[in-house]
Amino acid sequence: MTDHPLVAVEGLSVSFDAPSWRAPSAPVVSGVSFSVRAGQCVAIVGESGSGKSVTARTLLGLTGPTGRVSADRLDIGGRDARAFTEARWREVRGGQIGMVLQDALVSLDPLRTVGAEIAEVLHTHRVVPRGASRSRAIDLLEQAGVARPQERIDQYPHELSGGLRQRALIASAIAAEPRLIIADEPTTALDVTVQKQVLDTLRRRVDAGSGLLLISHDLAVVAGIADHVIVMKDGIVVEQGPARRLLRSPENDYTRWLLAAVPSADSRGLRLARAEDGAQSAREPLPPRAIVRDETVLEADGLRKAFRRRVAVDDVSLRVARGETLGIVGESGSGKSTIVNLLLGIVEPDAGTVRLAGERWAPLPERERRRRRSAVQLISQDPLSSFDPRWDVARVIAESTTATGLSGAAARDRAAWLLERVGLSANVLARHPRSLSGGQRQRVAIARALAPDPRVLVCDEPTSALDVSVQAQVLDLLAEIQAEQGMSLVFVSHDLGVVHHVADRVIVMKDARIVEQGDVDDVFLHPREEYTRRLIDALPEVVGS
Amino acid sequence: MSAANLVRRPTLDVAADGALKPRAGRPAPTAAVIASAAVLALIALFVVWPNLFTGWDPIRSDVAGSLRAPSAEHWFGTDRLGRDVFSRVVHGARYSILIGIAATAIGVTGGTLIGIGAGLSGAFVRGAAGRFLDEALTRIIDVFSSLPAILLAMLVVTFTGPGIGNIAIAIGIAGMPLYARVVRSQTMIVVRTDYVAHAAVYGRSRAAVLVEHVLPNALTAVPVLAAIDIGTSILAVSGLSFLGLGPQPPTPEWGVMLAEGRDILRIAPWAGFFPGLFITATVIAVTIVGRWFQRTADRRIA
Repeated sequence: MTDHPLVAVEGLSVSFDAPSWRAPSAPVVSGVSFSVRAGQCVAIVGESGSGKSVTARTLLGLTGPTGRVSADRLDIGGRDARAFTEARWREVRGGQIGMVLQDALVSLDPLRTVGAEIAEVLHTHRVVPRGASRSRAIDLLEQAGVARPQERIDQYPHELSGGLRQRALIASAIAAEPRLIIADEPTTALDVTVQKQVLDTLRRRVDAGSGLLLISHDLAVVAGIADHVIVMKDGIVVEQGPARRLLRSPENDYTRWLLAAVPSADSRGLRLARAEDGAQSAREPLPPRAIVRDETVLEADGLRKAFRRRVAVDDVSLRVARGETLGIVGESGSGKSTIVNLLLGIVEPDAGTVRLAGERWAPLPERERRRRRSAVQLISQDPLSSFDPRWDVARVIAESTTATGLSGAAARDRAAWLLERVGLSANVLARHPRSLSGGQRQRVAIARALAPDPRVLVCDEPTSALDVSVQAQVLDLLAEIQAEQGMSLVFVSHDLGVVHHVADRVIVMKDARIVEQGDVDDVFLHPREEYTRRLIDALPEVVGS
Repeated sequence: MSAANLVRRPTLDVAADGALKPRAGRPAPTAAVIASAAVLALIALFVVWPNLFTGWDPIRSDVAGSLRAPSAEHWFGTDRLGRDVFSRVVHGARYSILIGIAATAIGVTGGTLIGIGAGLSGAFVRGAAGRFLDEALTRIIDVFSSLPAILLAMLVVTFTGPGIGNIAIAIGIAGMPLYARVVRSQTMIVVRTDYVAHAAVYGRSRAAVLVEHVLPNALTAVPVLAAIDIGTSILAVSGLSFLGLGPQPPTPEWGVMLAEGRDILRIAPWAGFFPGLFITATVIAVTIVGRWFQRTADRRIA
């Protein structure tokens, strides 16, 4: 092991030539310094637009033709990378630095088997003779934590699950035995149990002596694996230091604020977002909610739904009391979305019933359900795709206000009131949702769902596409509105931390069935079922308590 | 290593309320687009007001003055019957262009209706009946699009007989599969979107969802396709007329003129050259303007 770091960066700045003469060319990264040593995991944490991915790409010479890179020092493997030619960069990529990207489905060629993908790296960097590449690829898959590598090697990406794809990608990234691995959001689209496996795989590489530069927006992921953490915001490093120290006692206001915004068991009943004064003060409490236990608003009994032969929901019963929040957690494919559609009455159940405020809700002919539709509203994961792409905000909201029977001035007043309630100014009415930020879009979606004065608000992964700080604001807003309007929430999420923060009771789903249900603290702190325990063990925590 | 290295914050293009500013409007038209638009404007004037450009009657023959070369009196010369070629080109624009546009309109209307029918029956009509209707319509589209458009149009004309209206219908039918296919797939995509689900959650009726969400969003691509397709239709009109399947002589249609000029190409090349030049120029101009329109629309949607 040599004594110089694998990469050393000082005063790195990157800007991009403006796509047209109209827009000014702004630096995306400026004055960034860090280094990665062998056997060390350095994590760059930041929200979208903080420049973390651009920083990582610069280390691979992948800033593109419009990128302008300047640095006081940019050493890769002890050599000055500022003078690298394209041919030299090609040796670096895969050879010295391996890259694992977020979405393994688009990063792997759909027309090639996993084995061919790994063999390409082996051939390009002439690691082993062609004849030996197959056994070497099997070996690599095994190292990346893929079970039964002899079978997997001949499979195509679409035949593999998300976690296996990500590990196949790791196998190809480590094929040429690079000293450094760069992983850009390697677990973002994955379920918690799979996320844990992928992180363990990466950590084993680090313990075996390679360097790892991990890019993530998720502080909890970073906390479990990193030795050194760099916090970026708007292209600059706001704080960096040893992971333990930085996460336990952050010095910078932004870091503190970011840590405070992560929802968890400890934040129940408290606000996540705080004033940007440095978050020195204790968390503010959320307004109290009144839960009327003996008034059932929404009730499902023995729901079953199959698509073709695949059973999506099997024997699911649940009840939501007035003012209560019911969390539904489960990994992808566990049937969460089908439950949402059944509760909304968009999909008719094959068996079982749904009752709304004591009256039959499903199965029911649409004609009889329509007049009561306003009572159950939906907030979906991706607000943008839930807005008609031709419509501006005013029309989006008007669609739901008119559904309640308002028109003209009354509808406009209602829209203005709703926007104010979700914390948006009235001038967004004329804007197109595409020109709004992710948080603003979700606020519009909330305003729209509130318009008909629903009794139940079904939230389907409402914050999983948002940054931590925006998620904090949206969750706070939902809690305030719930306390104010006294409505019930059905909150579906794969993020156990979020559910623990918002829910009163929780249902754990696996393979179309309910595995466990009960009070959220009981279930999460003292799980009775093996599966629930595995889910909770896999959940990374920001600060190990 | 230092705890923090605070350098100046980069400035981003952000609006007052914190959102990223939307990208600036449509792309500036290039010189080719402007020139093409000018050509189309001239041809549009030919269509609307031919007498503005020429005093010669396009039909009246003057055998004594036949096969004259282009001159100050006859800009494009005269043909075998002594008719002024320039006047015939100007008056002929009306036939070629209007039949082309009519054919496109027929193709758009028919194709869109078939496409919506197939798309909706696959998604909205429950059970086997819906699937059967979708399957049937899709197979019909497949059969039609397996034949080259011009052959299909010729086939239709063999049944209906030549004539102005008939070739418009023939070319229109030949163009339908293109629209039907695009509209069908778009309809099926839109029906499954989140915003259609949301509209249902508000309790809107199926008809309202169809009119307000499904149709407008499924049809966004149609004008763009049509803009480019007009050029193809004009070419097809001239092609069928050249083969004698369209308007009959002495109608000054460009394809008919091309056919008449073919026999005398050696002695009087101008009789065939000028109509050919105008067909080519029109089709190229329509395509360039259509493609620019497509780029503008793409940017608006993206």
